[in-house]
Amino acid sequence: MKTVADFEPVLLANIGKPDSWTRRGYEAYGGYEAVRKVIGKLAPKDVAETVKSSGLRGRGGAGFPTGLKWTFLPPNHPGPIYFCLNADESEPGTFNNRVLMELDPHQVLEGMMISCYATNCKTAYYYMRCEYPLAYKRTLAAIQECYDAGYLGKNIFGTDYSLDIHLHRGAGAYICGEETGLIESLEGKRAWPRIKPPFPAVEGAFRKPTVVNNVETAACVKQIFDRGVEWFKSIGVPPDPNNPRDAGSYGPKLYCLSGHINKPGCYEAPLGITVTELIDRYGGGIWKGRKAKACIPGGISMGILKADEFHCPLDFNGPGKFGCLGLGTAAVVVMDETVQMVDYLMNSARFFSHESCGQCTPCREGTSWATRLLTRIKAGKGRLKDLDLLAEIGDTIGIMPGTTICGLADGAAWPLKNTLKKYRGELEEYIKKTNPDGWAETKPVPALKLLSIH
Amino acid sequence: MAERILTDKMIEEIRAFIPRYPSKQAVTVPALHIVNEHLRCVPRQAVVEIAQILELHPSQVQDTLTFYGYFKQDAPGGKCRVWVCRSIACALRGADELLEHLEHKLHVKAGETTPDGRISLEYAECLGACEHAPCILANDDLHQSVSPEQAEQLVASVK
Ligand SMILES: Cc1cc2nc3c(=O)[nH]c(=O)nc-3n(C[C@H](O)[C@H](O)[C@H](O)COP(=O)(O)O)c2cc1C
Ligand code: SF4
Ligand code: FES
Repeated sequence: MKTVADFEPVLLANIGKPDSWTRRGYEAYGGYEAVRKVIGKLAPKDVAETVKSSGLRGRGGAGFPTGLKWTFLPPNHPGPIYFCLNADESEPGTFNNRVLMELDPHQVLEGMMISCYATNCKTAYYYMRCEYPLAYKRTLAAIQECYDAGYLGKNIFGTDYSLDIHLHRGAGAYICGEETGLIESLEGKRAWPRIKPPFPAVEGAFRKPTVVNNVETAACVKQIFDRGVEWFKSIGVPPDPNNPRDAGSYGPKLYCLSGHINKPGCYEAPLGITVTELIDRYGGGIWKGRKAKACIPGGISMGILKADEFHCPLDFNGPGKFGCLGLGTAAVVVMDETVQMVDYLMNSARFFSHESCGQCTPCREGTSWATRLLTRIKAGKGRLKDLDLLAEIGDTIGIMPGTTICGLADGAAWPLKNTLKKYRGELEEYIKKTNPDGWAETKPVPALKLLSIH
Repeated sequence: MAERILTDKMIEEIRAFIPRYPSKQAVTVPALHIVNEHLRCVPRQAVVEIAQILELHPSQVQDTLTFYGYFKQDAPGGKCRVWVCRSIACALRGADELLEHLEHKLHVKAGETTPDGRISLEYAECLGACEHAPCILANDDLHQSVSPEQAEQLVASVK
């Protein structure tokens, strides 16, 4: 296994070089060699098999094994089969896809071409959120360059394989990142996630078999065919022998570091790097000489790590051992000692209630209830009982009890559950301090005239 | 009959998207973007006309439009839409103060457009530029590590 010290970035290798976003620049650094080794030379099922044996897990948040997902497509389907690239990236704290799309869009396209070939897809949709004007411009230009060069369209790279990639812009809704929400949105409807099954691999976009993969996942696919499975498996952490459900965490990963840190940014490191290493080695330490208080290990929906838990390894299995939902998007948001947990909770609850699509009652009502409770606590009208209510909301709204269609509600629940467990004392103190007369109150309080929460 | 609102150019742009998808309905969001780019909003009459082109019921287009916060219907957005990110990474670095400062300076609340039609002040959930927190997206330009004073200059410079 490679250590952090001798790790050499590959996903970000071109970034910073001149013209890294043009085809000429990309090819000067060896771009489009991987795809030439694949298309027309290997059988699609062998390509999928290679990705499966690399152990690549999706980088979009859930960490599902990519090659395995591809094998769920019905065998010998007459087609069409669709491929959707998930470039919606709206998880607060996350910006690694943006960095790739702005500065190395061809790497993403090359990975997408290989993925489409492996899944027998001839029409692919690149679904990008509309808040990324520069990434949109560069990706659009990159796609055009590919058409001009014969890398897209009919008989690409002079083979008998044809592929079209269409760039499709979203319109400002987090839920479009959820794969079936994305599909509904692509079809021109409101982005209401679908009940699964059927899974997209069986019935997805336009009711045809569909693969949805993340931007960074596509970039990893390209790297696997450039450098080989052995190389990919030499990075990261093998499966935990004590956890039969852990498939291991292989390969390089982009970590987004933000918040109270000296050098925020997107950094490439092996899966399994710890929060401490990430902050010290790349982040330049906590800003203003302060101490860290906590961090979010992987986007706002993953819950929270306390400063004394920063030895947590950032692989797919790591944050779960510290009571978090998972690695998520590996977006580490650091908070210093001056942050009050009630503010962080309020911010995350407001986000989720704003972004809930409204289909499922527990999610729609639970997220806005939590926001109202937290608004009241923040305003100095909190009761201790409110913390029990918040805990109850956290325990009941998610997909884990099976009451919601998609994972957004779960994402809303983890910050609540986690913070109440780890910082209950602080929250109690805040309530007692700001509401000295009424904190013990258990009887109903008059409805709060809502300060606008949306 | 209400007067036609989509220009030939807009219709042509919308039609150009149709061959890309196996269903015409999939052109709904691209069509909304096209109209919004030209008119800075999507009036009801435009919804009816988009529906005609895409062989949909107007309510289907309206339903989609209202789901996405990006599109405005009742009045055109400002010439410059100023999105202030309020999600966690930006909030940790002063986004709330930034938004408040702009509300104060422009005499509008987030979500509103200045009476002269220059600026729509809006909040955004994570703009995906958290390393530059707090950040503002003004039309197609990302402004990084924005201080309240810089934000003030930014809105003052919009003509
Ligand atoms: C509420 C919600 C939001 C999501 N947002 C994104 C997103 O912005 N980008 C993304 O790639 N995946 C997102 N996902 C995960 C996708 O549903 C899906 O698992 C992923 O795109 C699959 O790609 P991968 O296998 O390459 O990771 C989201 C999931 C949920 C439940
Ligand atoms: S869990 Fe929430 S976001 Fe997901 S489908 Fe249900 S209401 Fe919509
Ligand atoms: S939190 Fe503001 S850009 Fe991500």
